[in-house]
Amino acid sequence: MRHLLVYIVSFLSVLGVAAQDTTDVYHSKLDSMQYLSNVTIFAKKLYREVIPAQTLNGRQLERLNSHSVADAIRYFAGVQIKDYGGVGGIKTIDIRSMGTNHLGVYYDGIQLGNPQNGQIDLGRFSLDNIDEISIYNGQKSEIFQPARDFGSAGSVYLRTRRPKFEGDKRDNLNVTMRMGSFGLANPSLRWEHRFSQDVSMLINTEYTYATGQYHFRYRKRFSDGVLAWDTTAVRKNGDINAWRIEGALFGYLPEGKWNAKFYYYDSERGIPGAIVNNVWFNAQRQWDRNFFLQGSYQNQFTPKYELMVNAKYAHDYLHYLNPDTTLMLIDNEFWQDELYISTANKYTILRNWDVNLSVDYKWNYLNANLTNFSYPTRHTLLTALATAYTLGGFKAQASLLYTMVNDRYSARNAGEILAKFSKYLHKATPAVFLSYKPIARYDFNLRAFYKRIFRMPTFNDLYYTDIGNSNLRPEYATQYNVGFHYQLYREQGFWRGFRLTADAYYNQVDDKIIAVPRGRGVYRWMMMNIGKVKIRGIDITARTRMAFPADVNVDVNLSYTYQRAQDYSNPSDNGDGGTYKGQIAYIPWHSGSVVVHGSWRAFDLNYSFIYVGERYHVSANILANHEEPWYTHDLSASYKWTMGAVNMKVTAEVNNLLNQYYDVINNYPMPGRNYRLTLKFDI
Amino acid sequence: MKRLHYILIACLLLVLTSCREEQVIFIPEEVEVTTPQFTSVQGFYLLNEGNMGSNKATLDYYNFRTGRYTRNIFAYANPSVAKEMGDVGNDMGIYGSKLYAVINCSNKIDVMDKMNVKKIGQINIPNCRFIKFYGGYAYVTSYAGPVVINPEYEQRGYVAKIDTTTLEVVDTCLVGFQPDELDIINGKIYVANSGGYMVPNYENTVSVIDIDTFTEESRIEIAINLQCCKADHRGNLWISSRGDYYENPSRLFVYDTRHQRLLKTFDNNVSSMWMDGDSLYVIGVQFSYVTMQNEVSYALINTATMEIVSNNFITDGTEKDIAMPYSVAVNPITKDIYVCDAKDYVSPGRLICYSPEGVKQWEVRTGDIPAHFVFLGDNINEK
Repeated sequence: MRHLLVYIVSFLSVLGVAAQDTTDVYHSKLDSMQYLSNVTIFAKKLYREVIPAQTLNGRQLERLNSHSVADAIRYFAGVQIKDYGGVGGIKTIDIRSMGTNHLGVYYDGIQLGNPQNGQIDLGRFSLDNIDEISIYNGQKSEIFQPARDFGSAGSVYLRTRRPKFEGDKRDNLNVTMRMGSFGLANPSLRWEHRFSQDVSMLINTEYTYATGQYHFRYRKRFSDGVLAWDTTAVRKNGDINAWRIEGALFGYLPEGKWNAKFYYYDSERGIPGAIVNNVWFNAQRQWDRNFFLQGSYQNQFTPKYELMVNAKYAHDYLHYLNPDTTLMLIDNEFWQDELYISTANKYTILRNWDVNLSVDYKWNYLNANLTNFSYPTRHTLLTALATAYTLGGFKAQASLLYTMVNDRYSARNAGEILAKFSKYLHKATPAVFLSYKPIARYDFNLRAFYKRIFRMPTFNDLYYTDIGNSNLRPEYATQYNVGFHYQLYREQGFWRGFRLTADAYYNQVDDKIIAVPRGRGVYRWMMMNIGKVKIRGIDITARTRMAFPADVNVDVNLSYTYQRAQDYSNPSDNGDGGTYKGQIAYIPWHSGSVVVHGSWRAFDLNYSFIYVGERYHVSANILANHEEPWYTHDLSASYKWTMGAVNMKVTAEVNNLLNQYYDVINNYPMPGRNYRLTLKFDI
Repeated sequence: MKRLHYILIACLLLVLTSCREEQVIFIPEEVEVTTPQFTSVQGFYLLNEGNMGSNKATLDYYNFRTGRYTRNIFAYANPSVAKEMGDVGNDMGIYGSKLYAVINCSNKIDVMDKMNVKKIGQINIPNCRFIKFYGGYAYVTSYAGPVVINPEYEQRGYVAKIDTTTLEVVDTCLVGFQPDELDIINGKIYVANSGGYMVPNYENTVSVIDIDTFTEESRIEIAINLQCCKADHRGNLWISSRGDYYENPSRLFVYDTRHQRLLKTFDNNVSSMWMDGDSLYVIGVQFSYVTMQNEVSYALINTATMEIVSNNFITDGTEKDIAMPYSVAVNPITKDIYVCDAKDYVSPGRLICYSPEGVKQWEVRTGDIPAHFVFLGDNINEK
């Protein structure tokens, strides 16, 4: 596998090209511009951020054979996905091996919170209404943002579609129907309406049904190649029944903009569980209801002063049921509430020097039907002071985030309150981002950042009956990154531009919260701050576009990640089969993706490939814990045409073309070859 | 030039796609750990539980006559068994010529030839826990009895009676909630009921089953959340309770089955124990909310005098290297002591051998959560 890096490097050097998808994420009235459609415009745009993001935009997302946001994020460098398989299976992501809990997910500019377990299941967000996915290491290096945006070690920004109207059209209607393997039926409807030049609205709804059934196959051979056993079975209890509706109002002001939106998601799903000897079916069920209401207002009051206000209310319901009569009955319900308000104030001191002060307040509450539950409430006050300075080719930005958290909870026995607790935490954490463009003529940027941040222990870590440990401290992530970004565009000729980014990084996770055995027995665990991980990695992305004769255009995207993520938790566990300095669970040394897209007039053909190299499922890196690499080839083809006022598009996809049976997570089989057909009508 | 690019792309894809190898049957790893020993005990099997959901229950074997330890022998001996041994090995026993491994989360008991661990058959019992043998039958506890709403959800456990020649379940007998270990004295089966699924309303009784009628004839109240239940040769039962992990700590009780009375209560914390003649080796692991660490004890009790002989049967100070002592066993002939370290439950454990005096002799890597021993030799498993 070590050869992979060599091959990729030699491939790049021969090609003499590369690129990363770094689009400007500053969303103005110009935000429909895309690098792909017009290289010239891209080059003339200014970065607002010191270090741009990796981005996938609407058109690319449509082609990527992805059902959910999690599927699409796999194409980014530095990202690992934990996928439990199927349409309804949990999919969480991990940026640069720091752990899912260090990732912030932002939906239209406001973070999706889940203080209960700190994880956002990105498999649950379909791409139906998503216009752009951007991923940032450290933070979005733009100072004019809520304080909360300074508070994660890595961030994913999901931007939903905004209404766009051609000419004097007042209404747009889109009807999409997706169907395919796993009994998938997935209709969606979007209606956009323009009230005036400056005010428009959007309503989008989607229904997802799937039986979630698919064949999977496990087999083993003797070392001489003779088949030992080979078994094929049907993955069951992976069904999903989900309904989503969201609506938004958008407005432009002479010197600003505002929006307001609501979101509601209601689902029931089976939890297919681990496939182990003699157990081919699991009966666990889960129900989710997520609702939020959020608004944003932004205005430039004077040429020097700009204000942004964000607010949100969210309510989440989770019901988990284990109805299997051979196991313990579990019937747990959880209710979470969040209130959030934020202001960001940017003041321009000089033309090239800005400062920003953001203050956020957040309130979270968790209720559950567990015995002796502690009903925790968390108040969070975040203050971020940030400054940005530009001089010639030099850009610098520094921020300091001050976090104050107050947790209040109670100790109960048989419904009686025995004691009430209130705990405070104060922390200040810095970040510095730098970039330097040595030669004005060339779009070559050197860049570096440093960031130290922590994640709060989740409510489950702290207060889950029996397992929780209320003495937990925050878990720190410290990141150092150096890299460069080079791009070239050409309006003529065969090569129409390329882009190459490369970053080397060192991350350290301290006081990592992990489950530690407590006493003896299966359910006896305790969360403790004893983990330590050191991560050394390289992320490379490359992109190029080629123009062939006869209107054939081809663009190629590559990403490659190398990660050495070592477990330093227990120096004494360094013997035979020890964990000390072992590669941590499920992090491959090598991973990467290739996306090749070709277009000819109304036809599009897309090929995508994902590779995840060998891994171990425990940081004890012995043969018994080894996981083989996996990789999937996906193909999609689409054709667009117009009938009267209706634009139509049909897309056919084949995923996992070579029908490879693999596990991302041990004992959670993934589907083999599968198909999807999408029909889109735009009026 | 252009063609070169395509060739390169094709090559790159080829390289990437050629990396995955077919999974092969695990070849047992054999390591030499010490000098051979020649007694009537040929060796022992060690069943590694494997963490829940990992499907990593594995079987290891130590051969006294070669001094060699072999890891993961089941998969190689039974290469046609899909998904190997299964999920969470919970107990093991030898009866006659057969070796029985109770695999809790795979809802089955694997029955193997005790000499070469080739699988002979399988008995499906959902949520099966512990096994004992008597008079041609195996008796297995299970959590998965019938569900009753009374008015709360209740599910009693049962004991299954298995004919060891046909490997069929011939009868079942309902007992208390979530029954764990069982033992047999004088025509009666004693079952430690835990009630572990009923938190905080734990069960506190031992069920007594008449072996001839195979019906539960009485209950003995001992303490909440019972776990271990071992008979000595005087007709006394040594029963441990897990406690509730809060106010009620784990305890050890001695019950006289002849006079039907509780003889003694020990303040020892018990997570695992092994009976060898008049010696009871007791490992206790209790989490302390004061130090936020597991507090560990290694006690040796004389079952004849009912006195604690030692509070630390490891005498050379090497017990501090054991992160999570999970179980203990004693060689019936040489009296060497074997202690398993389950570490963090997800990485491979260790087996450490101590001399009868408690001095470390050797150690070896095991599978995940090494836990259940059975010695192989002439008549040593027959009472």
